[in-house]
Order: sequence, then C-alpha cells, then structure tokens
Amino acid sequence: MTETEKFSIPIGPQHPALKEPEHFVFSVDGEMVTSASVRLGYAHRGIEKSTENRNWAQNLYLLERICGICSHTHALTYCLGVEKLAGVEIPPRANAIRTLVAEMERVHSHLLWLGVAAHEAGFDTLFMYSWRDRETIMDLLEQLTGNRVNYSANVLGGVKFDVDEELAGAILDGLDYLEKRTYHYLDVVTTDAAFLQRTRGVGVMSAERAERLGVVGPTARASSVARDVRIDAPYAGYDEYVPNLIGHTTGDLEARFEVRIKELFESYRLIREILATIPEGELTSRMPRRIKANEAFSRVEAPRGEVFYYLRSNGSDKPDRIKVRTPTLCNMASVLTLVIGQQLADIPMILVGVDPCFSCNDRMVAINRGGRSEEVWTWERLRQYGIDYYGGSH
Amino acid sequence: MQRLERNWNTAIERIKTWARTNSPWVVHFNSGSCNGCDIEILAALTPRYDLERFGVELHGSPRHADVLICTGPVTRQARDRLLRIYEQMPEPKFVVAIGSCAISGGVFQGCYNIVGHIDEVIPVDVYVPGCPPRPEAIIDGVVKLLGKLRPSPKPVIEEPAG
Ligand code: SF4
Repeated sequence: MTETEKFSIPIGPQHPALKEPEHFVFSVDGEMVTSASVRLGYAHRGIEKSTENRNWAQNLYLLERICGICSHTHALTYCLGVEKLAGVEIPPRANAIRTLVAEMERVHSHLLWLGVAAHEAGFDTLFMYSWRDRETIMDLLEQLTGNRVNYSANVLGGVKFDVDEELAGAILDGLDYLEKRTYHYLDVVTTDAAFLQRTRGVGVMSAERAERLGVVGPTARASSVARDVRIDAPYAGYDEYVPNLIGHTTGDLEARFEVRIKELFESYRLIREILATIPEGELTSRMPRRIKANEAFSRVEAPRGEVFYYLRSNGSDKPDRIKVRTPTLCNMASVLTLVIGQQLADIPMILVGVDPCFSCNDRMVAINRGGRSEEVWTWERLRQYGIDYYGGSH
Repeated sequence: MQRLERNWNTAIERIKTWARTNSPWVVHFNSGSCNGCDIEILAALTPRYDLERFGVELHGSPRHADVLICTGPVTRQARDRLLRIYEQMPEPKFVVAIGSCAISGGVFQGCYNIVGHIDEVIPVDVYVPGCPPRPEAIIDGVVKLLGKLRPSPKPVIEEPAG
C-alpha cells in the first residue's frame, strides 16, 4: 500500500478568494479536504471594551461600524437594547422607518452576496449584473439617509430621517425594476447548468446537523430549520409587517441561493406594505442621558442571521458592559465541518455560502469543550486576562 | 556611445512609466476595517463606476501589484501582514489609504487592539477621506495617483556633441 501524501494549504489572511483578512488551514489528501481550521482575529479591534469609554450616544456610531454591510442592523439592535434599558417607547412612525431601512438593507446585502458568491463560482457576469442592479437600492438608501454605507438612520429613541411622498414613489419604482431582475436571477441560479454544477449537492447540511452546529439565518433556513427572529420574537415594526418564513429542505448550496433570492421578494413585499400603511406621527421620543442600573438584551435578524446584544448600565451616561454576538461566528463552525470530504475547489463556494462577514466575526469567545464545566469567569478574572494578554498597554 | 546608452535608458523608462500609468494593477488589503470601505472599492470596479476603464485591475497577489489599496485601522494581528504584503510588492510601489480609519483610526481610535493608522506602518501616497468614501472619490484618488506617476515635463538640456 502506498502512503498517500497529505498537504496543508494555508489560505489568507490576504487572499484573492477573501475580501477580508482571515486565516484558514486546510489539509488535503489529493483533492479531498481532510481537515480544516480557522484563525480568527485579524479584524479584532476591541470595540466592546471601547464602548465603556464612550457615552450612550457616541456608542451608536461606534457600534454601527462593527460591520459596514449590516450597519443598520447593529445600530438597530443597540437602540432597541438601550430603549429597553431606559424604558422608552418609540413612536410607531419611527418603528416603521426602522423596519423599512432594515429591509432595504437586506435587499442590498443579499444582492451583494449574490454577486460575491457568483464571483467565487467563476461566474463574473452574474457578479457584474447583480452589482449593477444593487446600485438601484444604494441610490434609494442614499436618498433616504444621505449615505451609501453606515446610514446612521437611528438615534436613541427614534430615527433621523423621514420618508416623503416623492421618495416613496422613487422607492416603489426602484423595487419594480429590482423585482423583475430578481426573477431573472432566480431563474439563473436554479436552471443554469454550469452554475448548478458548483452548487447542487455541494456542502449539504442536514437539519439535525444545522441544529447541532447552532447555525443561524438563511443558512439555517436552507436546511429546513425554521428560525427567524423577525417571526419568533418580533421587534421594531415586525409585529405589524410580518414576513413569511422562506425555507428549503435540501440544505445544499443551491438551497442557500434560493432562500436568499426568495427572501428578496419578501423584502420587496414588506417595503411596499410599509410605504402603503406608514403611520403618521413623531420621529423621536425623549431619551434620558443617564440610564439607571439595569440589564437588557436585544435580538435582531440581520441579513446573515441573528444578532444578539447584551447591555448593562450602571446609572452613568456610559454603558457598564456591552456584549455582541454576530451571525458569522455562529455559522463559522458549519464551514469547518462542511468542507471535510469535499473537493478543494469547492472551499470558496462553501465559505461564501454562509455569507461570511469577518469584520463582525472577530470577537473573543471562550469555547467550553468538555461538556459540563463548573468554571465561571468572574468579571475581575476576565479583565485581568485581557490586561495580561495585551501586555497591559491599555 | 554614452549618449546612445542614455537615450536607450530614457526610452525604456518612458515605456515603463507609460505601462504603469496606463494599467496599474492593484492589490487590496483590509487590516481591520468595518467592511464599508471594502464594498465601496468593489463597487468602484463594477459597471456603474467601472474603475477598469482607467486600466486599473484588481489582483490577488501582492507580487504582481503596483498599488496597494488599504482600508481600515491597523490591528495588532494584521500589522505584520500589512508590512509583509508591502515588502512583497515590487518597486516602485504606491499606497492608497481609503477611509477615515485608514487615515486616522476613525471611530476606532482608542480601541485596545489598534496599533494606529496606515501611515504609522507603511508610507502612504494618496489619502481618500470619507466613512466610507464614495466610489467616485476612490476613483478620483486612484486617478490622482496616476497623475502623480506621470513625469512632469522637464526641460531637456542637450549636451554638445563630441
Ligand atoms: S472609514 Fe468608515 S467605512 Fe471605512 S472602514 Fe472605517 S468605519 Fe468602515
């Protein structure tokens, strides 16, 4: 018997297949991947800790920049949490506008993803077309908020921007165009033979595995896990504007494409509904500057899955602790297990299938491997760990 | 003979500059940005803005690139990588820093894992401010860099023959 040779292939942190810095090591046996590991943290900036040195209002702008693609989601999750802490109700019109921007952001994010995923599959034509069409929604977002990325539509206690008749008309026109294009894309990803070779039956994840790996968002829904925070625990305006859950049963890459593209239609429907029935009224409620000692959490469905914030206040104008959990980190484990047994050439596709976003991914986690453990990290111990780890320079 | 050689060298230099300014290849590195700038760079390459009409092409390997486009503040982990990528690029090399973070650290100033902005680590030729800068601004930055590469017409001093 001949020994088969095994190679380790390092990828990243700067690599053509990755737009962001991340380091992977894959071992391969011939063309087959036998193990995978990831090294996170190239984009770790230390945002959670810095929130403790900024006041509640300043943090909004910092947290919005955890991720430039789902910036509204982060700002929204933070605002919902802080409003819960302070016990402030926000006006219905503000809620509707928040939901509107959130759905528009989903449209831009899914189109962006479609392009990037097509690019990884070597289908650059689709990449260029979907990014061209994405400019339609970028223009609308810019008209609404004045910026293409990091819109900062939220303020604590409401929103900054209002939609008028003219803008609503422009949004509706844009949606008509996008809807037509989206039908075309759905057609392409489900019928193009060359494309299906790269997606059908690749990276299959069963429902049970998805549950066990704790996968979230469209990736989970493509494996028939019914999980969507917008439906399970409605926030902002989602109790009035209810999305339908889009799922799929096959759990392969094709399913992930289909789920995301079909979600676009849901978003178009919701945006139209919001514009048709938007309630009149104020845009903001008054927020106190200091917030009494309390704790709260908030959950929001980002384009990539569930974003979770934990917030604790101590009576001052600064937070005591903010903890963020982002969807890519939850989905990363699925990538590392799904690639095993697959062809080397499929790695970029499987990776892009979860719609990774490393800038929100790179955060500190303690993983408890040994089943039940009595170990509890006290606040003091965690703090000391941080100081020792970074050589006490800050 | 000497003069012939000099003329030859000037001609070669001219061709090189012509090639460089007509088709600069860029490599992109994100040293800890929020992604906002990176999507705008990508958007600048897609049909609406089409940076490629200036001959600019995005490449994967730093060894093939003339221009390094940097985004984001520099995190502790990414610092060595950034340096390494810069060192791998062939001479002459140019750096464009995109976004407020790359210029000054932006909102991330004071975060414990940030070592600083790009020009604390490598020299920068063009700065494009904004959070994120619009694709038009990015294009303008790159075109300004190309202008900088073109030699300004210098007075030619003819040596007497002999
Ligand atoms: S400048 Fe703004 S958009 Fe660009 S990386 Fe920094 S925070 Fe993100």
